[in-house]
Amino acid sequence: MIDTSTPRTQQIETLRRQANQTRCRDLRMIHEAGMGHTGGDLSATDILTTLYFEVLNVNPNNPADPNRDRFIMSKGHCSGALYTTLAYRGFFPVEELSTYMQPLSRLNGHPDRTKVPGVETNTGPLGHGLPVAVGAAIGAKLDQAAWRVFVLTGDGELQEGSNWEAAMTAGHRGLDNLTVIVDRNRLQQGDAVANTVRLDPLADKWRAFGWAVAEVDGHDYDALLDVFGGLPLETGKPTCIIAHTHKGKGVSFMEDKAGWHHRVPTADELQKALAELEAAV
Amino acid sequence: MSTLFDCRNAFAETLVALGEADERIVVVNNDSIGSSKTGAFRDRFPDRLINVGIAEQNLVGVGAGLANAGKIPFVCSAACFLTGRALEQIKADVAYSNANVKLVGVSSGMAYGPLGATHHSIEDFAWTRAIANLTVVAPADPEETAQAVRLAANTPGPVFLRLSRMGVPALYDHSYAFKFGKASMLRDGGDVTLIANGVMVTRALEAATLLEAHGIEARVLNMATVRPLDQEAIIAAARETGALVTVEEHTTYGGLGSAVAEVVVQTVPVPMRILGVPGVFAPTGDPAWLLEHFGLTPEGICDAALELKKPVLR
Ligand SMILES: Cc1ncc(C[n+]2csc(CCOP(=O)(O)OP(=O)(O)O)c2C)c(N)n1
Ligand SMILES: [Mg+2]
Repeated sequence: MIDTSTPRTQQIETLRRQANQTRCRDLRMIHEAGMGHTGGDLSATDILTTLYFEVLNVNPNNPADPNRDRFIMSKGHCSGALYTTLAYRGFFPVEELSTYMQPLSRLNGHPDRTKVPGVETNTGPLGHGLPVAVGAAIGAKLDQAAWRVFVLTGDGELQEGSNWEAAMTAGHRGLDNLTVIVDRNRLQQGDAVANTVRLDPLADKWRAFGWAVAEVDGHDYDALLDVFGGLPLETGKPTCIIAHTHKGKGVSFMEDKAGWHHRVPTADELQKALAELEAAV
Repeated sequence: MSTLFDCRNAFAETLVALGEADERIVVVNNDSIGSSKTGAFRDRFPDRLINVGIAEQNLVGVGAGLANAGKIPFVCSAACFLTGRALEQIKADVAYSNANVKLVGVSSGMAYGPLGATHHSIEDFAWTRAIANLTVVAPADPEETAQAVRLAANTPGPVFLRLSRMGVPALYDHSYAFKFGKASMLRDGGDVTLIANGVMVTRALEAATLLEAHGIEARVLNMATVRPLDQEAIIAAARETGALVTVEEHTTYGGLGSAVAEVVVQTVPVPMRILGVPGVFAPTGDPAWLLEHFGLTPEGICDAALELKKPVLR
């Protein structure tokens, strides 16, 4: 739950520092592993940081608390950003990040709930998170429970029809305990979303499916805190937050470049990236 | 060390050549132009590459529709998503409808290593070979890949080609003539038969060399086509060598080994070993490490054959 006792400026400063640390650690981890999804990790980092450090009611010491808020990382290829965030939030030791994708590591290339505390469902194939989130939200409603469900999807990911089947179910049932955040970085694996299969008008699509929609800058902590603080946007409707982001955010030469979808920084690129990020704190 | 080849390149080059010769050849893709190596085809024939986005059910359905319109679609995607996500489209729209669709699943088996079990495609033989009217092929080297792609284009009806991205040495030259449903004997022997396909064929050949040192002459069959199966070659192997070891980069549930066993138990029952991933989700690890982990190595295959022959040797 958002802490209202701390002044907003201080809250934002803390988030900014944490997100910066997460980005640095994540990039080093990807470099060491020699694999990873650099661009999408960086576009999602500010959203994940805000959720885990200010919004979600989760307890690293009791990750299976039945009353926890559920967060589902539907864009599971961005496990790097998720693991780094979970580690800094205390779900497992930060040092363990150096095992990312190594033989027998529990930090698999895509998150595995049977091994990693804090992971709700196994993702990797795109378009799986939202249906599972809808099921969890229906479950909470059946129990008249107060916990909420959040799911982060990619924008290219929304080309999967399963999302729209789930969106229809959520709209029909008025699941106002459910929030989907779309990481709207406008790029997918090989090209821009608009050059592949366009999504626009995206907000209208969600509205047509019975959702309340907000559009925010996904790197603006103030805006993110505002929108998360005002959930649900409308009683009786699920919420869709279209977070406008930049793939590769924080590293000038990675920003908005499709080529950085799963490119791994060389030692030289890593040093340059870390220097930029460190200068920004 | 012999040169290793990524069979996707043979696929990509053959596809462009086919496209030059026949304008009915089109490619359908799910935002995987890079990994399916269809960029050259797109650059040469921009209108004939249809990228439907990240949407595999749509991918296969659109492929069936293109076939209906008289095209010869090569529907390309990572093998795990193509078969796992769109299995009903493969069954109903392609196989049952007898649509002239060529399904190409790339990076099959455990080629995606550390990306984990969602990205491993080790159930695809079981899923696809259970479907009637679908030819299922896992080529072993660049030449066999190129021939399988050409044959698929020139043979009306549904085909699933399972391609890896792991490097393999060349096994065949132009004198080879690949046929659907026909095993190729890469080495003859009378003591045991090693039956493999895809990236495991080379390892089976290496195992046969190791077995020589134990005085065992192994026959090696490349069973590239899993459906329809070369029953004749299997029956002959059972009769003439008396023991079979199958090797696949796939779960041991329902794949190549199961297909061979179905024939063997009903014709010439002989002892068998089925090597593969033993019915588990593979852990995190790079592809070579995973193959080692599951004993899918020349040594592992050799040991299985020795164990099978033990009563005879004693
Ligand atoms: C079902 C499925 N098809 C294909 C892929 C391969 N894939 C992994 S990431 C990706 C692009 C995702 O783009 P987007 O959703 O926009 O994510 P982001 O830009 O945030 O990385 C693709 C096609 C997959 N993981 N799952
Ligand atoms: Mg995107």
